[in-house]
Amino acid sequence: MITGAQAMVKCLESEGVEVVFGYPGAAICPFYDSLTASAIHHILVRQEQNGGHSANGYARIANKPGVCIATSGPGATNLITALATAYMDSIPMVAITGQVATDVLGRDVFQEADITGAAEPFTKHSYLVKDVNELPRVFKEAFYIAATGRPGPVLIDVPVDIQRRELSKEFKYPDQVQIIGYKPSIKGHNLQIKKVADALSNAKKPLICVGGGAFAAEGHEMVRRLAEEYNIPAISTMMGIGVFPSSHPLYMGMLGMHGVKHANQIVREADLLMIIGARVGDRAVSSPDVISPNTTIVHIDIDPAEIGKNIGTTIPLVGDCRTVIHQLIEHCNSHNRPGDFSEWTQYVRGLRDTYTPDTSPREYGINPKYFLRRLSEKMPDDAVYVADVGQNQIWSANHIRIRKGRFLTSGGMGTMGYSVPAAIGAKLADPKREVIAGCGDGSFQMQMMELATICQDQVGVKIIIFRNRKLGMVKEIQKKSYGSRYIATSLEGDPNFTVLASAYGIPSESIKASEEIDGAIERLLSANGPFVLECVVDPEESSI
Amino acid sequence: MKHTFSVLVENRAGVLSRIAGLFARRAFNIESLAVGITEDPAFSRVTIVAEGSDYTVEQVEKQLNKLIDVIKVRTINPAELISRELVLIKVNAGQTERSDIMNIAEIMDAKILDISRATMTLELADTSERIDLFTELLRPFAIREIARTGTVALQKGTDTISVKK
Ligand SMILES: Cc1ncc(C[n+]2csc(CCOP(=O)(O)OP(=O)(O)O)c2C)c(N)n1
Ligand SMILES: [Mg+2]
Repeated sequence: MITGAQAMVKCLESEGVEVVFGYPGAAICPFYDSLTASAIHHILVRQEQNGGHSANGYARIANKPGVCIATSGPGATNLITALATAYMDSIPMVAITGQVATDVLGRDVFQEADITGAAEPFTKHSYLVKDVNELPRVFKEAFYIAATGRPGPVLIDVPVDIQRRELSKEFKYPDQVQIIGYKPSIKGHNLQIKKVADALSNAKKPLICVGGGAFAAEGHEMVRRLAEEYNIPAISTMMGIGVFPSSHPLYMGMLGMHGVKHANQIVREADLLMIIGARVGDRAVSSPDVISPNTTIVHIDIDPAEIGKNIGTTIPLVGDCRTVIHQLIEHCNSHNRPGDFSEWTQYVRGLRDTYTPDTSPREYGINPKYFLRRLSEKMPDDAVYVADVGQNQIWSANHIRIRKGRFLTSGGMGTMGYSVPAAIGAKLADPKREVIAGCGDGSFQMQMMELATICQDQVGVKIIIFRNRKLGMVKEIQKKSYGSRYIATSLEGDPNFTVLASAYGIPSESIKASEEIDGAIERLLSANGPFVLECVVDPEESSI
Repeated sequence: MKHTFSVLVENRAGVLSRIAGLFARRAFNIESLAVGITEDPAFSRVTIVAEGSDYTVEQVEKQLNKLIDVIKVRTINPAELISRELVLIKVNAGQTERSDIMNIAEIMDAKILDISRATMTLELADTSERIDLFTELLRPFAIREIARTGTVALQKGTDTISVKK
């Protein structure tokens, strides 16, 4: 009979896992030992949190759960931020941790941490495996739970003695799961579909607000179809960027605290707001009065708990957004086609067209907004852009122009240090695609150890560092709300990033004038492997 | 307002901590919680009494339903509710007080479980309100110790909250 560790590897193989991101330690050694006999590609990250973020980026591009691995104790606790980041953005992930042996569990032995307990608020589900024969069922369930319904991270904690023990029965990976308490609803309720269709045919000024949930269900094309079929304008949350190409005639940009003015204005003016796969968190709609009390609100989400949590809903519609919107379109086409919204659509398009981004050159450094627009024009149509957190995230969200590509970021958690490891994961999920990480100088230093991972596995991600020598977003808060009493936001001790890149043998460049932008973008995009581009930005540059 | 939730769960390690954690995390206040095995030993029933608005009730139900180990959640309609708590009370009872206490016990349908020279220990299984009343009635005699369970509840009539259906 095979051991638990061998069974774990077989489970991953049965799930079709090709790449895993991890960091070893004593309590996970049996598993690693079994991995030597497998074709699964293991990427040694330089910190467990980054392994989690890489699995996150991988999942979002591969459209299946990303896998990360850590040892017990500190390895496992280092994973927590990555689990929380994935949980908040509903990203499917399976995290495997080693644990101390079952006979000493609970005695505070060396490197023991109650990780299933600690990660409880940040996981969709978790398992502490105490019987080696349970491993196949647990893995099958974990992958299933992570990927279905509202996706999320699932943790499997496996004590080291369980990894070593032999199974007492023949290994068989289950074809199906049997979980009585977990049956996500996929199809929308017909009555609710009809209500939404009626609301749509009564509406004069409908508006779609789409979030990251559309990607989870691979429903982004269906959302686009809905908009195009009936000529309904759309806005997105930060997580929903890319559902519509940025220059789509019906797409009006990102709403919210850091969104564009006209997007927030039309939310107020719409008489029917169709929220699709979005939580409507506080960054998107900061206060209830942003939306008029007379607006009919349709909320389409796979998670019933999201409906009515942050925003009052007139018509809830629970289900997988691709299926549900398909049902809605069918219903509308055969029963009541909505009216003609062209007047409203023209009006909102007019508002959008009055917006001209500020692309003028700066006296000091480059204009990041202009830079991102130039980069967008030159990058391949299907490029993946991963934005970090800070002012740079807001610049990226509003100025990167997506065509057929993706925009990835840590929307819910706002985790600094997300972009480079997530970009590594995204690149490994689809090596032919251009993957670009854009980060601040502060956030870069939370992840720069991953340059080594990039070198070791020759991952050709491109990194852009917006260097303002500040924790710019916090500094901006101090300026606006704390009487410009600046503290703990200056990054004067920073190294020279191009010298740092060359220490890893990664080609790099630094620019600080408008004229340098095009050439630098050219070299960044044509580089055959990784590339680091530092863009010097005025510390006074504002987020919006 | 007080609400009684009947929650059917898989009888597994960690379920209770997930439920308790969820209440704490989402700032829902638990008044009482009782767990026990059901007619099928694979499942337990958790009865939770919690205070909150309609919004809270809706969120509690939905968030509980998201837990993978939770099979079914039902808020029991107050008109349909049959509920019981159990209390054990040890009260000071010398010769002079004994008959008064026995009177109260008889009126309240409580049992006398133990008697000593200085104390009596009484048992009452009743609704939460009647147990509060019983406690108040005994208070003048100086209560030494109370052990009280959480509420357990079922619905009236033939309807059940079970795994099937
Ligand atoms: C892990 C983590 N710690 C702290 C914060 C709070 N925070 C938000 S933005 C920011 C500044 C980011 O600085 P930098 O990466 O240089 O980006 P900039 O705003 O300058 O573009 C900080 C500290 C955070 N989001 N994540
Ligand atoms: Mg900065």
